[in-house]
Amino acid sequence: MSLSYNDTVLSLLIFSPLVAALVAGFIRSENGLRWFTLLVTAALAVFSLPLYSRFDPSTADFQFLINSEWIPALKIRYAIGIDGISLLLVLLTTLIMPLCVLASWRYITTRVREFMICLLVMETAMVGVFCALDFILFFVFWEAMLIPMALLIGVWGGPRKVYASLKFFVYTMSGSVFLLVAIIALYVQVDSWSIPEMMGRPYSEGFQRWVFLAFFISFAIKVPMFPFHTWLPAAHVEAPTAGSVLLASILLKMGTYGFVRFALPITPAAVQFFTPAIMWLSVIAIVYGGFTALAQTDLKKLVAYSSVAHMGFATLGIFALNKAGLEGAVLVMINHGITTGALFIVVGIIYERLHTRELDKTAGMGRNMPIFATFAGVFALSSLAFPGTNSFIGEFLVLAGGFQVSKSMMLFVVPGVVLAAAYMLRMLQRVAYGGTRNPDHSGVKDLCFREIATLTPLLVFVFWIGLHPAPFMRVMETSVQKVLQQAQAGAPVAATPPVAVLP
Amino acid sequence: MQLTHEPRLLLAILAPLVGAALVMAAGKRPNVREACSFGAAAVLFGTVATLIPGILEGKTFHFTLFHLLPGLSISLRADALSMIFAVSASFLWVVTVFYSAGYMRGLQEHEQTRFNACFALALFGAIGCAFSDNLLTLYLFYEVVSVCTYPLVAHHQDEESYEGARKYLTYLTATAKGLVLPAMVLIYVYAGTLDFSANIRTGILPDGVPQVVVTILYACCILGFAKNGVMPFHNWLPSAMVAPTPVSALLHAVAVVKVGVFSTVRVMLYVFGVDTMDQFNLGLPTAYFVSFTIVVGSIVALSKDNLKARLAYSTVSQLSYIILGVALLTPAGISGGLIHIANHAFSKITLFFCAGAIYVATHKKNISEMSGLGRAMPWTFGAFAVASLSMIGAPPVAGFVSKWYLLNGAFDAGSVAILLVLLTSTLLNAAYFAPVVYQAFFGKTRPEDAHHHHGEASPAMVIPLTITAGISVLIGLYPQFFARFLHLIS
Repeated sequence: MSLSYNDTVLSLLIFSPLVAALVAGFIRSENGLRWFTLLVTAALAVFSLPLYSRFDPSTADFQFLINSEWIPALKIRYAIGIDGISLLLVLLTTLIMPLCVLASWRYITTRVREFMICLLVMETAMVGVFCALDFILFFVFWEAMLIPMALLIGVWGGPRKVYASLKFFVYTMSGSVFLLVAIIALYVQVDSWSIPEMMGRPYSEGFQRWVFLAFFISFAIKVPMFPFHTWLPAAHVEAPTAGSVLLASILLKMGTYGFVRFALPITPAAVQFFTPAIMWLSVIAIVYGGFTALAQTDLKKLVAYSSVAHMGFATLGIFALNKAGLEGAVLVMINHGITTGALFIVVGIIYERLHTRELDKTAGMGRNMPIFATFAGVFALSSLAFPGTNSFIGEFLVLAGGFQVSKSMMLFVVPGVVLAAAYMLRMLQRVAYGGTRNPDHSGVKDLCFREIATLTPLLVFVFWIGLHPAPFMRVMETSVQKVLQQAQAGAPVAATPPVAVLP
Repeated sequence: MQLTHEPRLLLAILAPLVGAALVMAAGKRPNVREACSFGAAAVLFGTVATLIPGILEGKTFHFTLFHLLPGLSISLRADALSMIFAVSASFLWVVTVFYSAGYMRGLQEHEQTRFNACFALALFGAIGCAFSDNLLTLYLFYEVVSVCTYPLVAHHQDEESYEGARKYLTYLTATAKGLVLPAMVLIYVYAGTLDFSANIRTGILPDGVPQVVVTILYACCILGFAKNGVMPFHNWLPSAMVAPTPVSALLHAVAVVKVGVFSTVRVMLYVFGVDTMDQFNLGLPTAYFVSFTIVVGSIVALSKDNLKARLAYSTVSQLSYIILGVALLTPAGISGGLIHIANHAFSKITLFFCAGAIYVATHKKNISEMSGLGRAMPWTFGAFAVASLSMIGAPPVAGFVSKWYLLNGAFDAGSVAILLVLLTSTLLNAAYFAPVVYQAFFGKTRPEDAHHHHGEASPAMVIPLTITAGISVLIGLYPQFFARFLHLIS
């Protein structure tokens, strides 16, 4: 086996952080640890970039494949590879990691070594989840992610960290149990753990429905979809900045990724059956998330509930089961990772300075911090899907996909769109202006170089995707087409396609 | 029609944007800062002016900034309709730069840097709307205007201005996101594009879209661009009066409300098209609908003693003339509506300039306190009188031209009801403007003013308002300047 870039890149991306975590165990100085982790994650981000140029967008096949034996006795293989959809998510992960380290620079002062080790292990698990093509391998990474994440919340979290950490753990763990059952049921049918081999099989419809329900519970908790979302605000509020960023940017994507990678291709008939219900749940999530976010006085809770609404757009787009909807959903996933990640960093910056996240106590702090106010403003506008920013394209496509399925359902989404503007502008107004009796923020310093360096890459992506989305759409297009074909395989033959006048 | 890739359009968009950045950078030095504002305004107006000859030859200029998705781009176009708006907006910005320097310094307002920067950004949005080539670009710049004018409305940062600004932003973003955005997505789903059509007849909707859907989309667009002040979503406008007067002037004459009506008209003519509106019978019902705003707006204006509030309701009423004219769907009606964009701009900005000058010179806001002031401030009240005549529609001032076209349009459409609406509102306009002018010149000087020696405000304010009043007369005497563009709109 030659050691070319294409053959090794994914394995290196997965396992180098783990090796780095071992090395970090021997580093004494706290600053040394910070620099070491930053350099490792930044190097991996740079190393992952050629993935994009070497990726062949003309095919929907998995690329950068490795398929070797792991545990022959159980037919478990070490199979990894990516298509256009996972490519974007892998790149998002490698890009976000160094920013997480930067955002924790001053925030984390205790047990720095353990913290950095947790971050590095997380990177291994997260990249692994998006690359795995063997279901057991996938499940190993999926579970491996839980422990460092629960530790991030439980050790470096806020006052109710233990409660939040436990809630997160119990919720996702119970979801995983269902996932495991589904995996084993599929194995019994297919006699292989290979994910591609499980797709497009003529399972009976009843079997598909049960498997889908198991998938659904597991992934819906992860997304999280209404009504499985209650762990999310608790986890976000208590988690340290880096934890919130990872949770919002990457972990939530795993739920939607699960739907796209497993539910749609493996159980298409069940997808057709459950689609209306899931679309309605998504609509509820969008509106409910919006109303709840509007009522929050804690900045992190506000952003957390806005996540519920945004992920509602993602699931809505996925289950619209058309090109515009699914492309929009993948974009929403990427956009949410960028924008909400940035918003959590922004909230972290506020917390580091004022040691509070209460909207009233932060009122008017932007007046002394023009750079901060500009960054916060752009990310808030991006979050409310201001035209010209990344979220707009994603939500536009999801709405277009949704309108092709049902115009009346989309009527119920519209209040959610308006609410997004309401809660984000309310937050922005408070932080940038406040009222006539603001607390005194005269001693608060504007952003330092490190903080600007943390937020700038995200700012670039906000406008890049918003104004020139072609590079991002290009790589996902054929993969999206293939997933749709697989999902349509379960459609009743007589079904007429909805008004498809889109180019 | 020729199509040209025209970098001057980019320059026109960038001038106010770069201007805003320079204003921020020069914040510490007021004179440099104002020079930057003026420079940007002059570059913008110059650029727009150089486009005029080409447009009059029948050309249409295009410039594509970004391709987003198939059929979806951010791109600019200059055609005859854009020019009516762009010429008046860019010219009035030049005048307003001087006026607001005089006003803000005269009152020693705080945060003048932010004020000037946001002012330039609002113009960036307005010019962007004027030069939009598709619904998405229009929506983008429409929202830019909403967000960038928030700091202007909230400028005083007291309870009242926060409340007004909150209402302002709530009305404008809620209607834009709740009505225009879904309509836009659905239009894209049906038509596969959002690019405006090349003429006003065909629109972009394909055949076979059900009538009920077209009607709903149309209603969403008319009500969704709430900057057009059509009732019932007009309430933000009086609330936004808490802003400093140059902002009100800008809001009313240039950036905000004109963006609203311009967007409405652009969508009526270039997305739906005259034929579609005819086919689905959308024209006259729209005219009746906005007639309500015309009459009620005028009646409310009668009841206001605060001068700016009266002007605000006058704006609500006058804006609907523009939509009414276009909704008549006759050539004369459309011409009357469109030319009123320019005519109303010059006259209304004069009225607001006057209100601001009166406030700076005398600190009076209420009409009842202005008795006899005309003798102390002859230039200001003279300009006010001229602009009032224009609002009423008396010759030879600009408003007469609009009204003449509109009455012709109503005749052509054969609607007696619309004729009555126009006549009633003319009477009402006279009823709420004439007393102001009369009292100022012929009323008794109030006893508490007797020992004050009031005079004119500073020349930085009086000269601009004299210029705009003068232009109101000029374009009344020589309506050809804007009317030439009308003949190209077909």
